[in-house]
Amino acid sequence: MKRIVFLSGKGGTGKTTLAAAFATRVGSLTIVDADVDAANLHLVFCPEVAETGVYVGSKTAVRDSDRCTSCGTCRTTCRFGAVDAKLEIDPLLCEGCGACVTACPADALRLVECPSGEWYIGRAARHPMIGAELYAGEEVSGKLVSVIREKADDVAETKGTDRIAIDGSPGIGCPVIASTTGTQAAVLVTEPSRSGLHDLERILGVVRHFEVPATLIINKADLSEPLAEEIEAFADREDLPVLGRIPYDERVLDALRVGRNPVDDPDSAAGRAMDLAIARLLERLG
Amino acid sequence: MKIAVASGKGGTGKTLVAVNLATVLAADQPTTLLDCDVEAPNDHLFVRPELGEPHVVAKGIPIIDDGRCTGCNACTEACEFGALARIGDRVMVFDELCHGCGRCALVCPSDAIGEVDHPLGVIERGHSSSLEFGHGRLHIGEAMASPIIAELKETTPERDWTILDAPPGTACTVITTLHGVDGVLLVTEPTPFGLHDLRAAVGVVRTLELPAGVVINRDGTGDREVETYCEDEGLPILLRIPFDRRIAETGADAQILVEALPEWRARFVELAQQVKELVS
Repeated sequence: MKRIVFLSGKGGTGKTTLAAAFATRVGSLTIVDADVDAANLHLVFCPEVAETGVYVGSKTAVRDSDRCTSCGTCRTTCRFGAVDAKLEIDPLLCEGCGACVTACPADALRLVECPSGEWYIGRAARHPMIGAELYAGEEVSGKLVSVIREKADDVAETKGTDRIAIDGSPGIGCPVIASTTGTQAAVLVTEPSRSGLHDLERILGVVRHFEVPATLIINKADLSEPLAEEIEAFADREDLPVLGRIPYDERVLDALRVGRNPVDDPDSAAGRAMDLAIARLLERLG
Repeated sequence: MKIAVASGKGGTGKTLVAVNLATVLAADQPTTLLDCDVEAPNDHLFVRPELGEPHVVAKGIPIIDDGRCTGCNACTEACEFGALARIGDRVMVFDELCHGCGRCALVCPSDAIGEVDHPLGVIERGHSSSLEFGHGRLHIGEAMASPIIAELKETTPERDWTILDAPPGTACTVITTLHGVDGVLLVTEPTPFGLHDLRAAVGVVRTLELPAGVVINRDGTGDREVETYCEDEGLPILLRIPFDRRIAETGADAQILVEALPEWRARFVELAQQVKELVS
């Protein structure tokens, strides 16, 4: 079984659109929406949800004011600034580490578990689909990604799908690392801008760090020919195979808005270019 | 005043808004631009500041003194992040899982746990004419971005205006950026993706009880649902930036819009005025 992750570094380059196009064109697949703090793939596919659950992944410290002697040890112990001058604990800043619980001489603190997101298993575009939404401000985006990836592995095994496609989040930090580890191929999606190139360099560093073979798609490629050339030259230097250049095409949004995939729109230049890029990707995946 | 520029969805134009707002403010008031998107920082490409020496941000990770360790497992049981594990006779530290909270050292009865710095990334500062600039850069392969954002904010002297360019999403890095600001500009695009992630970002802003206004980027390319949502939520739309190939091209080449297309200066001066009213 092969796991393919769609990543970009920079946000808004078209990861979700390309992952959705891939899912439309591939027969035996399990889909994972791993952009858990701005999940969008379900908007494209509107999955029929069969199973949901609440992920309890984080903890927060709570204070027993009857026992508290206001000595302030918790405030000086906390390295995350979560205890204010009145010794109130801000749950949004609390890391759930329990250092304050250990340090408190009056045994007035304890950790309580809190729900940090919701996951679902469903069906979309003929495929099993798994996703999650992190509650606002939660810390555990990487852990939630790991949870849904385990579920996806189980589902893929049960259903016997050959591949798992993972739509990742922007950035290079915790949720991206959780989406990348243990995959067999990364599709990097960039756009022709200085920002796109800069962030491509960083995400390429991450996938190489985890030894995942990468390919590149340049989306909205005609918005700046000079930058598209610069990105191609960078890819060439880095031995990063370019699967295709997708032109900017307003029909992509029009199609997505009516629940149609751009690759199913024969009049969309972008759709045709995506089709070609996906064919090249499938060839490489073997 | 501290104003964060946030979005939920990535690639909506946070950097465009943050850089141009900071540029017009800096023309007549002391202003700092902080790029808090330490995973994918881009503001420096536009501002082109002369950056000084990088300052390393580290988390303190445990180091076990095997001579003193009695193998009691107090630390492995206390760690909430699974960063310590006893393998054979030794306690192993998994650097990347460690949050640097220091609990293991507190709980160790034999004083066998010290601390060493594990670098997470760097902070760099500089300026471009009158605009003060700072950003963080998470090292490749590191997971924890929030401590870099927190240190970047803490070590920045207060000036009349601080514009903070937030990372995308709604997770802890966004909270760390928005904590303690006076107001938030939410940048979105008129698409179903933009609307969905705007709702999530509004959830964060409401939780933190911050005043917020909306900037619609690539206006005219999509539908009216974002506007209807903003009306329903009582969120003022402070600026609309149409989809325009000239804007896309200047952005692609990392040019500052108000300098490349001067007709935009007045619009951003007006945005600055509206932001002042929003937070006053």
